[in-house]
Amino acid sequence: MSENFRSIETKFLDKTNRISFKYNGKKYYGYKGDTLASALLSNGVHLIGRSFKYHRPRGIMTCGSEEPNAIVQIGGNGSFTEPNVRATEQEIYEGLEASSQNCWPSVEFDIGGINNLISPVIPAGFYYKTFMWPKKLWYSLYEPAIRLSAGLGKSPTQPDPELYDHNHLHCDVLIVGGGISGIIAASISADNGNNTVLIDDKNSLGGSTIYQNDENFKINDEISSTWLDKKIKELKKKQNLTIKHRTSVAAFHGYNYLLARESLADHKSLDERLNKLRQRLWKIRAKKVILATGAIERPLIFNNNDRPGVMLANSVKKYIDFFGVKCGNKNIIFTNNDSAYETAISLNKKGIEVVVIDIRKNSSSTLVQTTKDAGIKIYWNHAIVNTSGYRRIKSIQIMEMSEDGTNVVGKKTSLLCDSLSISGGWTPMVHLFTQSGGKLKFRDADQVFLPNTVISDQISIGSCNGDFELDDVIKNTISECKNFLSASVIDYDLLKVSCPKQKESKNIWLLPNNKPLGKTKPFLDFQNDSTAKDIKLAMREGFKSIEHVKRYTTTGMGTDQGKLANMHALGIISETAGVKMGSLGTTTFRPPYTPLTFGTIVGRNVGTFFDITRKTPMHDWHKDHKAQFENVGQWKRAWYYPKDGENMYQAVQRESKAARESAGILDASTLGKIDIKGTDASEFLNRVYTNAWSKLGISKCRYGLMLNEDGMVYDDGVTTRLGENHYLMTTTTGGAANVLSKLEDYLQTEWPELDVWLTSVTDHFATASICGPNSKNILKKLFPNLDFNDENFPHMSFKNAEMDGINCRIMRISFTGEHSYEINIESKYGKSLWEKCMDAGKEFNITPYGTETMHLLRAEKGFIIVGQDTDGTMTPIDLQMDWIVSKKKYDFIGKRSLYRSDTMREDRKQLVGLLTDNPKEILEEGAQIVKNEKKQPIEMLGHVTSSYFSPNLNKSIALAVVKNGKKLKGQKLLVPMKDKTINVTVSDFIFFDSKNERLNA
Amino acid sequence: MFIINCPFCGERDQSEFSAGGEAHIVRPKQPTELSDDEWADFLFMRKNIKGIQFERWNHAHGCRKWFNVIRDTSNDKIHAVYKMGEKPPSI
Ligand SMILES: [Zn+2]
Repeated sequence: MSENFRSIETKFLDKTNRISFKYNGKKYYGYKGDTLASALLSNGVHLIGRSFKYHRPRGIMTCGSEEPNAIVQIGGNGSFTEPNVRATEQEIYEGLEASSQNCWPSVEFDIGGINNLISPVIPAGFYYKTFMWPKKLWYSLYEPAIRLSAGLGKSPTQPDPELYDHNHLHCDVLIVGGGISGIIAASISADNGNNTVLIDDKNSLGGSTIYQNDENFKINDEISSTWLDKKIKELKKKQNLTIKHRTSVAAFHGYNYLLARESLADHKSLDERLNKLRQRLWKIRAKKVILATGAIERPLIFNNNDRPGVMLANSVKKYIDFFGVKCGNKNIIFTNNDSAYETAISLNKKGIEVVVIDIRKNSSSTLVQTTKDAGIKIYWNHAIVNTSGYRRIKSIQIMEMSEDGTNVVGKKTSLLCDSLSISGGWTPMVHLFTQSGGKLKFRDADQVFLPNTVISDQISIGSCNGDFELDDVIKNTISECKNFLSASVIDYDLLKVSCPKQKESKNIWLLPNNKPLGKTKPFLDFQNDSTAKDIKLAMREGFKSIEHVKRYTTTGMGTDQGKLANMHALGIISETAGVKMGSLGTTTFRPPYTPLTFGTIVGRNVGTFFDITRKTPMHDWHKDHKAQFENVGQWKRAWYYPKDGENMYQAVQRESKAARESAGILDASTLGKIDIKGTDASEFLNRVYTNAWSKLGISKCRYGLMLNEDGMVYDDGVTTRLGENHYLMTTTTGGAANVLSKLEDYLQTEWPELDVWLTSVTDHFATASICGPNSKNILKKLFPNLDFNDENFPHMSFKNAEMDGINCRIMRISFTGEHSYEINIESKYGKSLWEKCMDAGKEFNITPYGTETMHLLRAEKGFIIVGQDTDGTMTPIDLQMDWIVSKKKYDFIGKRSLYRSDTMREDRKQLVGLLTDNPKEILEEGAQIVKNEKKQPIEMLGHVTSSYFSPNLNKSIALAVVKNGKKLKGQKLLVPMKDKTINVTVSDFIFFDSKNERLNA
Repeated sequence: MFIINCPFCGERDQSEFSAGGEAHIVRPKQPTELSDDEWADFLFMRKNIKGIQFERWNHAHGCRKWFNVIRDTSNDKIHAVYKMGEKPPSI
């Protein structure tokens, strides 16, 4: 297909570099530097997709990130595919494949178009009102149907193969936006010795001035584009200045912290992209920020203003002046201000037919005079009341406006066209400004929200600050920057700027029509298909707040976030409600300014880099011995060691029996370890644990329970007194970091008078725990010189020892109820310690066991696991652990809370044992426990917290928390499951060796 | 994201710190003497001010020290930082 509409020479494209691409399966050509939109327009393609609700044909409307219609799927079906890409921003590359995404079954024939015919019955809130009831049909019928016909693009089905990165950037001055004001600011900043960064989202600098070839716009007697071109060339040579192209600031947070996405490869072919970075997220800290983010042209809201071929006037100008593409052969411009006359003049100069409709009564500016002189017909005081053309605009009907502008009068005039350029004035892009915490003010004259007060060190310049004319832009940019940067070096003091425009515009949010509003379709939000009628309906139904109207009508909720629609919605609300627009406020501008891919957000933190993996020194041994691992926090812990095709259940049953019958060994290195030193260490432990510590002898161990100040169990573990003023505390694996931080908090803030020092030593030691009747025999082999006599080395005591000259700490402590030792050694010797234990234990059939067996063994003994059997609502009394709560101590963390009326209630949920009536039946952890299934609503008494089949008891056992459980011992309860109800009896929760005889066996 | 001036390390990114709630809530010296209401007041009740708030921060991924911060919660401006046990500076 030839490019019938690229008739104009342009210096901005590389005409030697012709590029082929596919759109909806058809091959087209464009040039390097083209966006997908400009390339399609050069081929005469306007129709891009179907609208969301009514499935009306829609075409390219803008040339930037505000584009509501030209949203496409890029990259075929592969893993490279990406939905919701704005054709106006995507640069073409050789082999690019793009397709319409909102037009099932095809853009030309559209089943959903039926919605357009029945549109009188699809008012605001239609989806809410209709499809939410009956609710059960939502998932099976409504939602799939809406999704299929609305088509929000398709996500890739495979992992993203591209690379993304994160980088930090620090600078003195960050300038966002590379239009004329940004360029002047960058130049002033760099000249004054500031380390400056200039960020722009396009592939070249210059904004809209760089293609402003009109003689009417001059700086120092040069055409403004020529002047700016020179300035850009100078700028690129400056020291202290970094320019980032194709980089879009997504978020502006407090303290001048900004996130920007730099697009490095989106404009390159897939071959060139291979193994290269696609996008980089810059995390920027700037001492000062200058926002020069520009303004977006407003559409005009009139009947059937959404046909393909209807575009913003300044975009039409960019397509002709920058891309050399004409948007049509018969152009009509519809405006309420002078700026659209720039488009008229540009088109006229290129020999394109053009007519202007202006809702104002006149304008006496030089620009309008030039337009008249060129012989362009202007219809003053006229408004468009209707348009026609299904797949492309064909004609418009205009009428004269009444004296006060609220109505149309007289006869209709029809005009033929294939391109309609509309301009409703300008909206400053204050998104980033408000994201940073800045507050806006309203300027009545041209109905714009402008930056007012700021929190961080920043200014807004140029059109985002409400200066829309070249002379104002330049004059104010220079003075603002001078002031803000305390600049002494200024090249621009004597600039002479000519600007031929009149600043007055005539603002009418919803243009008058000869038909009532119910019979017209004046679109507001093109992407979400909401009309002025929807806004008014929402208000009639009682919605007043802009945030509510927005959600009810879905105005501004598309991927464009209402960049075009929001101001009109506000304007119509204010006109309808008779409230001043400035007092309505705006909807919240949330980051990101334009959509970000997930890849950019996560950067390199994918796969194994998603989170830190902590491995014990024995990890490789476990791996070599086929251990299955489970994640405990960031730790990889050996879960069980399947042998000869065992499943988990079989492995755990075997491991559990072996540990009780002869010897088992567990890698306990992950337990948190905190080294505590200082003359007040004992007193400190007294205050943080529920039990008493002062009398613990040196070389003795004690189990401790730690509460929160609210009385709920927080952590537990065994602490060993290594010396007079030296303890080693162990914590749960998951709680280690939190416990340390909590203890530090108390030490630093509540008890700074205590002489106590805490050091985390979790990673410093590897721990092998050997349990079972033969554990002592194994230890004797490992430490032949140590006295393992029960009197000299009793349960809950500690000894220093040596293994091949390496110091070890041996604690005789037990979490399984068996005679048991924990050997601690410096981490680097952990694996060889483990291997020596295995060697020594071989004759006793020493069996490595994982966390699952550990859990089973401790459940047989009724030992709790904090976080599994407790959930932050359990006091030690609830856990039937009254024995560990000191009555004598005056105070400890959480003590007072144990005497609150609620914690003393007798019918709280309490820890109990459960035995199933059928001993083979294993309960599901988390299962609910009830007394009476018949009485509705069924009262839930509690839930199962731990459940196993005990091979040592040959029956199923479970721990549970049950309301008033202590008093229910012996009673029958029910555990209702999906397909049956299980009968259980409340029991003691110590199932095995309740007299602790095995500890000393 | 704030920049917080740790009194021990200097200016660092907020991501190094963790917040610890309202400052200057002293743990009662004799909790057993308190009524349920008084204890609940210490335990649960916080002012949650819109405006100037005194709060605790911990340089968790740095020196691990706790300190106090005076922050305007309406705009996140930090007016002062001072060490534990020190009197708040006047702002
Ligand atoms: Zn610090």
